[in-house]
Amino acid sequence: MKDILDKLEERRISARLGGGEHRIEAQHKRGKLTARERIELLMDRGSFEELDMFVEHRSTDFGMEKSHIAGDGVVTGFGTVNGRTVFVFSKDFTVFGGSLSETHAQKIIKIQDMAMRARAPIIGLFDAGGARIQEGVAALGGYGEVFKRNVIASGVIPQISVIMGPCAGGDVYSPAMTDFIFMVRDTSYMFVTGPDVVKTVTNEVVTAEELGGASVHATKSSIADGAYDNDVETLLQMRRLIDFLPANSTSGVPEWPSFDDVERIEPSLDSLVPDNPNKPYDIKELILKVVDEGDFFELSEAFARNIVIGFGRIAGRTVGLVANQPMVLAGVLDSDASRKAARFVRFCDAFNIPIVTFVDVPGFLPGTAQEYGGLIKHGAKLLFAYSQATVPLVTVITRKAFGGAYDVMASKHIGGDVNYAWPTAQIAVMGAKGAVEIIFRADLGDPEKIAARTKEYEERFLSPFIAAERGYIDDVIMPHATRPRIARALAMLRGKTVELPGRKHDNLPV
Amino acid sequence: MFKRILIANRGEIACRIIKTARRLGIETVAVYSDADKDALHVEMADTAVPIGPPPAAESYLDIDRIVAACRASGAEAVHPGYGFLSEREAFALALAKAGIVFIGPNPQAIAAMGDKIESKKAAAAAKVSTVPGHLGVIEDEREAVRIADEIGYPVMIKASAGGGGKGMRIARSAPEVTEGFARARSEAKSSFGDERVFIEKFIVDPRHIEIQVLGDKHGNVIHLGERECSIQRRNQKVIEESPSPLLDAATREQMGAQAVALAKAVGYDSAGTVEFVAGQDKSFYFLEMNTRLQVEHPVTELVTGIDLVEQMIRVAAGERLSVAQSDVKLAGSAIESRIYAEDPYRNFLPSTGRLVKYRPPAEGIADGVTVRIDTGVFEGGEISLYYDPMIAKLVTHAPTREAAISAQARALDAFYIDGIRHNIPFLAALMQHPRWQAAKLSTGFIAEEFPDGFSPPAPAGATAQAIAAVAAAVDHVIGERRRRISGQMAGRPVVRERLRSVWLDRAEIRLEVAREHGGIGVRLLGETDEGPGSGPLIVLSSSWKPGEPVWHGTIDGAPVAVQVRPILNGFRLFHRGVEAKAFVYTESESAAARLMPSKVAADASKKLLCPMPGLVVSIAVAVGQEVKAGETLAVVEAMKMENVLRAERDGVVKAIFANKGDSLAVDAVILEFE
Repeated sequence: MKDILDKLEERRISARLGGGEHRIEAQHKRGKLTARERIELLMDRGSFEELDMFVEHRSTDFGMEKSHIAGDGVVTGFGTVNGRTVFVFSKDFTVFGGSLSETHAQKIIKIQDMAMRARAPIIGLFDAGGARIQEGVAALGGYGEVFKRNVIASGVIPQISVIMGPCAGGDVYSPAMTDFIFMVRDTSYMFVTGPDVVKTVTNEVVTAEELGGASVHATKSSIADGAYDNDVETLLQMRRLIDFLPANSTSGVPEWPSFDDVERIEPSLDSLVPDNPNKPYDIKELILKVVDEGDFFELSEAFARNIVIGFGRIAGRTVGLVANQPMVLAGVLDSDASRKAARFVRFCDAFNIPIVTFVDVPGFLPGTAQEYGGLIKHGAKLLFAYSQATVPLVTVITRKAFGGAYDVMASKHIGGDVNYAWPTAQIAVMGAKGAVEIIFRADLGDPEKIAARTKEYEERFLSPFIAAERGYIDDVIMPHATRPRIARALAMLRGKTVELPGRKHDNLPV
Repeated sequence: MFKRILIANRGEIACRIIKTARRLGIETVAVYSDADKDALHVEMADTAVPIGPPPAAESYLDIDRIVAACRASGAEAVHPGYGFLSEREAFALALAKAGIVFIGPNPQAIAAMGDKIESKKAAAAAKVSTVPGHLGVIEDEREAVRIADEIGYPVMIKASAGGGGKGMRIARSAPEVTEGFARARSEAKSSFGDERVFIEKFIVDPRHIEIQVLGDKHGNVIHLGERECSIQRRNQKVIEESPSPLLDAATREQMGAQAVALAKAVGYDSAGTVEFVAGQDKSFYFLEMNTRLQVEHPVTELVTGIDLVEQMIRVAAGERLSVAQSDVKLAGSAIESRIYAEDPYRNFLPSTGRLVKYRPPAEGIADGVTVRIDTGVFEGGEISLYYDPMIAKLVTHAPTREAAISAQARALDAFYIDGIRHNIPFLAALMQHPRWQAAKLSTGFIAEEFPDGFSPPAPAGATAQAIAAVAAAVDHVIGERRRRISGQMAGRPVVRERLRSVWLDRAEIRLEVAREHGGIGVRLLGETDEGPGSGPLIVLSSSWKPGEPVWHGTIDGAPVAVQVRPILNGFRLFHRGVEAKAFVYTESESAAARLMPSKVAADASKKLLCPMPGLVVSIAVAVGQEVKAGETLAVVEAMKMENVLRAERDGVVKAIFANKGDSLAVDAVILEFE
């Protein structure tokens, strides 16, 4: 009997070695951890339960029948992050380069189905060479099944993809349909077709890093929501992210005891908005001084920096933050900023995370580049996302809220629950100069008159009080009291319920 | 007594004067330039009067505007603080003419001491010891030796027309004088075409010691002991203390008596300072007299218990001094650090911007130790480039110099500033310096001990241990809370490992962490110790909570303050002048981290970066131009100072990104080399 039990341990030891010590060493030399080492860092110690450890491929073509490795290039299972259930699949580059076979796909599918039934987040760690070519359409079929499940799970459980090595071809579409993609700098890349194919087809000579490295996807393409320096840094940040995320769309946000007084006053915020309306200030200072303990998990930090998005906590409970950033392009809304914020707002809404919006927006960015690029529809995405949201929406206008952008940024009219403004707020169709030049076109030749009109306009319209007189702004608040006022609004909105008409689904202007 | 006084100054000194005036029941009027309309002194004063645009010449230095502000506000007297108009005879006269009292000495005294040669003459006449020397022309070697013998060795032989060290010779004996005299003369002749030389006593390793005097309008003058200000960087005082560790009672008495004699001789009738240069042998020689309140006056206030601003106001109002010389007792030791908005790692270039966080340590008296902070700024305020970059003075007082130093070090550890660069790391490193602690001071201290400037010290020894232990404790508190998150899997408590590896930059410190002995117990382990319980135990006790900027607590009972700034997966900790990135890893995280490649920062050497926020005054080169190392590339103005940026090596200018008149942020690229 003992022999039989011992045999299990032998098989486990052999399976845990994956592609063998040489390949593990090679993986380390590239500055990468192995699939199992990564899981060990991601999960609480000793919490990981591996499934399908003994799965092997069934291919018999091209000599594959002679080569079997237990696990077949992916490690799957479940465990906990700070005690909360999380499912994981981790591509094992040491086994057939992590390539996807039919059985490999089935392992992922099993864990996807399990995560859906258990209504817990699923994380994929990618480090693989694409489809296992020897298997042909069987591998492609496997991909399709994974994709379909990504879509079914979307908006039900959080899905996170972490790119920690190559991720190309069919492998890229599963991450693309998850909620977040994170990449490791210098050791990971992601593209549909690699540099060789690019060269054959377009004669373009490009390196893998230039084509799909972390810096490209985190700053230019916006495919990645974040990039980190190495595997350890990335996985520890994933643990931090999971602490912010609800388990599923109905669980509600996680909560922990906050050490930060919700009634905390921040006198320094009274001088955050500079006297000169054209001088920028850093909206992140406001975010860091409002959220619990200054802890803010920023997403898409390097892309469309004119808008800031990310998670924080108020009173120990997760909130999503969206804020125009006056430091970059004066905080203007352009296509990229609109798309970036729209997707984030929809994530928060799907998972019942309340949204706090800080507004300082001079409008939408004018110009042919923007209009040709479809600014109308991209801007509409953000408008749509906010209008559709049924989660608590608390909005604070710190300075400018001009034109259509005022409406878009979680205004009262599209569903804002509690809308506040600082005394420095300017809520108007446009700034004084532009407005006066239109309204008083006849006086354009007379600079004195124009100056007087401008002053008049500024005094009358560039304040929060016209909006407050109409009830579009619920109250004008002191900047130093921003945190307590937001906290009380969120507490009041804990039970917010909104019924939307039944439908198959909406038709977001994608 | 006055009903209302105006303070013709800004910043910390204006605030400090307002505090005393308020205590005396006097209303205060602040003045402010456009750059200062939200400044602390404006907020603190009962009323405030605008006096013009930001440049000091058009506001704080404009006598007419200040006099007009006095009239408008009904102020009966003006306290000038230090700097600005404090030592301008014309200002004192203008006020007198307007019937406003100047809280400072009479104009004649200002004039008498304002001129360097006149003041030396007055000092000599009052029998104040001046640097011995022979100012007349010296005929030959024999006369030179005779004079040198008279003065005492070492002596300095200097060219009358000299400068820049040329024609200067130090001689330690008669033969050296004979030789040095000839060579100095020929060098003087060849360099300046003028062979005249003179001889003066050379003071080896001089120290700066000054006597505080206080006079009234009735002919009474007393002194309040001395201050030593030998720790200077380029003639700018950095640290001051009282009493001087050099002086004994007899020398103090002599210096004090001479200072009083000089003050009496010029009819001095306010607070003033007589500066001396002192040799290590306690010899001392008159330098100059400052006819104003000094920046470093608080150290005197703390050892004497006398409020100098109060005394200045009282004597200006005509009161007689209420303290006699015999009432003045020096108790304990006081140390002052000047906190500047300047970057110690970038050759102390000024730093401007928003004070995103400004949390000075707590003021007050506890266990015989006083912490006093004179500050003129507040969190959310702006450090502008128009004025002096000093933002605060941190003063500690304790029964002994040693205790005052350790209180100063602790207070610096807790002084938390974000948003601008500041010299606290440098001050904290100075407090740890053994030569400073041993009081082996001279005005060359900083130049000798930091010949290549100040670079961030690496964590080592007890400091590294304290930083590692606090990092582990902070991480432990954060970890405990993480494990209390809602929605955990039932029946599966999270297993916590006790072993941790604290990475300070790339150095690893293995330890074991657990709650014990009413605090957090940290056991330091060697490389091979397997734990648990195998290393020496350190117990940390603190009420620190996540989000707090400073960890206040005790390590094995000793009070410790460590600044905590969260960074990605870790903390940046500041303690005893050392700033270290700390990552607290479990054993498996640490093993994995060891496998991670270290990344090198991008090469910025081909770019000229703006070293401080400022205005581009000029760009001295063009694209394609070949430049040699040392050549001027651009001039950037900050804090009213023009900073010349020079090429560090030869190269060809590839591109220029900034234009004249541009306002640049720190690290903005000005130009790039090929």
